[in-house]
Amino acid sequence: MSVAATAGAAPVPDTLQQRVAACTSCHGAHGEGSPDGVLAPRLAGKPAGYLLQQLEYFQSGQRRHAPMEYVVRQLSPSYLRQIAQYFAAQDLPYRRWPVPAVSDETLRRGEQIVLHGDPARAVPSCVSCHGDKLTGFEPMMPGLVGLSYGYISNQLASWRSHTRAAEGPYCMGVVANRMRESDIAAVSAWLAGHAPPADMHPQPASAQTTPLPGWCVMGHSEVNP
Amino acid sequence: MKWLRRGAGVLVVLLLIGAAAWWYLARDHRAPSTPVQREADAAALTDPARIEQGRYLATAGDCAACHTARGGQPYAGGRSLATPFGDVPAPNITPDHDTGIGAWSFDDFWAALHLGKGRHGQLLYPVFSYTSFTKVTRDDALSIFAYLKSLPPVNRPAQPTGLEFPYNVRKSLVAWRALYFKPGVFQPDPAQSPQWNRGAYLVQGLGHCNECHAPRDSLGGIEQSQHLTGGQIPQLDWYAPDLSTRSGGGLEGWSAQDVVDLLKTGQSSKGSAFGPMADVVRLSTQHMTDADLQAVATYLQSLPPRAPAAPVAFRQAASHEQGGKLYAKHCADCHGDNGQGVAGVYPPLDGNTSVTGPTSINAVRSVLLGGFAPATAANPRPYSMPPFAQQLDDADVAAVVGYIRQSWSNKASAVSPDEVSRLRHTPVD
Repeated sequence: MSVAATAGAAPVPDTLQQRVAACTSCHGAHGEGSPDGVLAPRLAGKPAGYLLQQLEYFQSGQRRHAPMEYVVRQLSPSYLRQIAQYFAAQDLPYRRWPVPAVSDETLRRGEQIVLHGDPARAVPSCVSCHGDKLTGFEPMMPGLVGLSYGYISNQLASWRSHTRAAEGPYCMGVVANRMRESDIAAVSAWLAGHAPPADMHPQPASAQTTPLPGWCVMGHSEVNP
Repeated sequence: MKWLRRGAGVLVVLLLIGAAAWWYLARDHRAPSTPVQREADAAALTDPARIEQGRYLATAGDCAACHTARGGQPYAGGRSLATPFGDVPAPNITPDHDTGIGAWSFDDFWAALHLGKGRHGQLLYPVFSYTSFTKVTRDDALSIFAYLKSLPPVNRPAQPTGLEFPYNVRKSLVAWRALYFKPGVFQPDPAQSPQWNRGAYLVQGLGHCNECHAPRDSLGGIEQSQHLTGGQIPQLDWYAPDLSTRSGGGLEGWSAQDVVDLLKTGQSSKGSAFGPMADVVRLSTQHMTDADLQAVATYLQSLPPRAPAAPVAFRQAASHEQGGKLYAKHCADCHGDNGQGVAGVYPPLDGNTSVTGPTSINAVRSVLLGGFAPATAANPRPYSMPPFAQQLDDADVAAVVGYIRQSWSNKASAVSPDEVSRLRHTPVD
């Protein structure tokens, strides 16, 4: 499409950054996330396949958030893919988030679940799927560090209430529903306060040596960027 | 004696209504086709050229928009259509024997499309737009049926309607049909060009434009005299504008090319498609041939000028100055200091009838929701507008939309924060 300029005005840049103003007004010019880290999460550097899958879920209604559902509604699969790749390719430093005032005991409980899970409730550890560095894997597995307490706990609550869903197998929905509410707070607090590793990039797919459980959606998805 | 005369008058009126209803019932009975015709229809269903033509027509009629659940399989039904009388789920029209139209004959399909009657003679709810589809020719209906029959069957049972008494009594539709439904295929006007007639056929019939672009009365019906004059879409809370391009029309000043551009690409020099019209462009009109889009534009260009609304003294909103500051901060970068927009990228706001329409619904919701113009083959990577619901409160949205409606050549009414508050929580699907 030709980009015309009105007399005297600078031409509108023919860039994806300019085209996706509907995204960047909340998620930041480079997908760094909203200043509070809760309203609009960071997109920069997340695995492209994961971002694309979430955009598709907002279109199909499997993930519910009215403003996102409206914004992505008119986009083609190919444009969604370009937008996902655009934000996946943004490389920005991560912010540290304040940790809510929770007891040391709560943080220990959070660490326990993140690193070892809760076998009594059949809750797997976070690291068993999201990686020992918790930075996720290409192309589908999102990282869990660098996210705020509010965002992580909101997402776990959404998995429980099915406002965030996935094609079956519905792994995070299953996991979140096995967790106690107090455990969700504990895990979210520990993750938000965890010192991020120097390299925050998702690990390559080849680094994922432990096979994902058979009931994990990320082990099955055919969505590839 | 006065009461007696009045009583007799009421009785006469009731008898007349009863007689009219009986006449309508008797009149739209199903006329089954002959065995020879039925055999020819059945043979036509497997003709690849006809199936392909049916695919085009089903796309032009945007059948999938209603008959597909969000994220569901095409034409398998399940989308719940909200009406002021309750929700009606669209049925499965894939050729599944038990839950779709697998067991239907073409006579059954024709009765539905042309007469608004179900397979067992039951009256269909007019949320299925047979008020428009009745104008579709039998040959086009046969092609659409052939296409639907060619689809992979999907087993998806119908869901119950959410209609409440008395609307759940199908027989009550007898009266509704007597008032608002006149069965009959489109009759070309020999005084007009073939192109005009093709456009009128598409707009009035298959395109069923009138179902949104006309006002509905309290019974959900549309007066003949109000066709294509614009209306608020029930439940969705968007305003579908008047479609006249002449003086006083909702598309005043739109050239035929502007109409074609909007339907083909999702945007024109006069404005962009948004809300439900963006769905229509993406799913339906962008796939229509240039000849058909030109025909639609030719027909719309022939709609008469509209009488100007009763003059209302122009009163600039008290928030105009505040609105101007917000405009400069949030809007001017893209839409220009004088609302001129950027051709092919950002729509103009000065003289944009979506902005100055009889209600501010569209402008307010566009500011709240932002979003992209539809991605089309001609405009695959549309530019977008930020949603402002998270940034601006009700008073600010009212001020900035009021400013836009009352600046440059725009002379529309102001906007109240209460209206913004109501629209802020309108569901998006």
